[in-house]
Amino acid sequence: MAESVYVRIIGARLRGQMSYRTSFALQCLAQAVTQLGELLVILVLFNRVSALGGFSVNEVVLMYAIAGTAFGIADMVAGQLDQLPTYIRTGTFDVVLLRPLGTLAQMMTSDVQLRKIGRVGAGLATLVYAVNHNDIGWSPFTVLLVVAAPIGGAVIFGSIWIMANAICFWLVDGQELANTVTYGSSAFTSYPATVYGPWLRRFFAFVIPGAFVAYYPSLALLGRPDPLGGPALLGWISPLVAVVAAGVAGLVWRSAVRHYRGTGS
Amino acid sequence: MRAYTRLALAGFRRYSTYRQAMVAGMATNIAFGLLRMAVLVAAIGQGPIAGYDVAATATYVWLGQGLMAFVLLYSDKQLSDRIRSGDVVIDLYRPWHLQLALLAEDVGRAGYAAVVRLVPPVAFGAVFFPFRWPSAGTLPLFAVSAVLALVISFGMRFLVNATTFWLLDNRGVHGLYMSCTWVLCGLAVPIAFFPDWARDILWSTPFPAIFQAPIDVFLEQGAPGTILVNQAFWAVVVLVAGHLVLNRAVRKVVVQGG
Repeated sequence: MAESVYVRIIGARLRGQMSYRTSFALQCLAQAVTQLGELLVILVLFNRVSALGGFSVNEVVLMYAIAGTAFGIADMVAGQLDQLPTYIRTGTFDVVLLRPLGTLAQMMTSDVQLRKIGRVGAGLATLVYAVNHNDIGWSPFTVLLVVAAPIGGAVIFGSIWIMANAICFWLVDGQELANTVTYGSSAFTSYPATVYGPWLRRFFAFVIPGAFVAYYPSLALLGRPDPLGGPALLGWISPLVAVVAAGVAGLVWRSAVRHYRGTGS
Repeated sequence: MRAYTRLALAGFRRYSTYRQAMVAGMATNIAFGLLRMAVLVAAIGQGPIAGYDVAATATYVWLGQGLMAFVLLYSDKQLSDRIRSGDVVIDLYRPWHLQLALLAEDVGRAGYAAVVRLVPPVAFGAVFFPFRWPSAGTLPLFAVSAVLALVISFGMRFLVNATTFWLLDNRGVHGLYMSCTWVLCGLAVPIAFFPDWARDILWSTPFPAIFQAPIDVFLEQGAPGTILVNQAFWAVVVLVAGHLVLNRAVRKVVVQGG
């Protein structure tokens, strides 16, 4: 029953977005350009240097491709949570609570942004290029990892998004702080974790499990030992990390919603 | 003229109301600055690139984190929302030149941003990182360059917003502008890092003039005279273009549901 409601909601959102066709096409293009712009930046840097954090250009592009695709998927599914402060400030969240559907699912389907498909598409194209230009020892396990890494990464990013935005239930102006964590972890994961200093790395790689989005899976695909001294196992457990992150995010969201007080207006 | 001064003051006051948002914004700004620093410092670890050593890179990053908010790199949507809703008709009836009025308001906004968003990241960078201060004679030139950058940025945002007159929904143009600007203006990597041919192409567009130009003046890279002339040229071009576009658009305005 609930499933069919969501299918209808999402269908209505998608039709709405298609109504301004020129604008929609341009928005898809803009998303793809954003993604390829980040790739261009990596190429410009490697025009000047031969290695970044101990990794070659193709290796960095592989990490970037996994991170970019994962972020694109997460942004499409969970990006609407950026609207949460508006819901809280205007009191619209009351309406969400009154409906006989889950609050988180309602927020996530409040506006599924199909234009972000442009970003996912550009990310996948980069991933195909990167996989073909790196020396990967192919086995059923690595094939599975190539597919699982962007999906697991998307779940990790989505969980980060949920937890970061849940802060808005306590701090209505907390949106920009949430951005530090969501968009900040996207910027972090696009480069090898070895590039960053110890404090940034501790926060973005392990407090927020950003290193499991692209860095460790890429090491496993490339068959390289971790320059930071982590065990090889870390590259294979990112789907597990994703499941744990999603569970924690669910719990955080539940307790955050309990803290919600209407604006009283 | 007095009306425009008042508009600028109103713009300043309007943005100074949101203090909590300001603190959150500052924290975000610094976090992103640290992330950008890390990647660039890793790149120049094997030796300076195009004249950028650690001090120049730190100055580029932290001055840039501030300038980004001062010139407002990313397009705003105020005018386009008013065009969509039809409220722009009221704005056009008022006894002012709409473009100048919006510029005055933006100057007020930038004045506030200079205090709370430009100074803090620069101070942070100067305290915690090696920082390259220019000679005293360069600072006035930098101020002129920063103001020109603001005017050009405003002019481009105005043009992006004005496309709504024709498209009714400018989110596509807006998104495309945002996705190109950060690479073309020199925010993603310094323009000097690009290969020579790309650098020449970039400097023949207005984008570096809104961001890289004031940073180059501050870092004393290149002749400041040339940079300022380039900026003055683009300021005139985008403002005149905006004026012409507005004139054409006014003839076309349809008051929806009026």
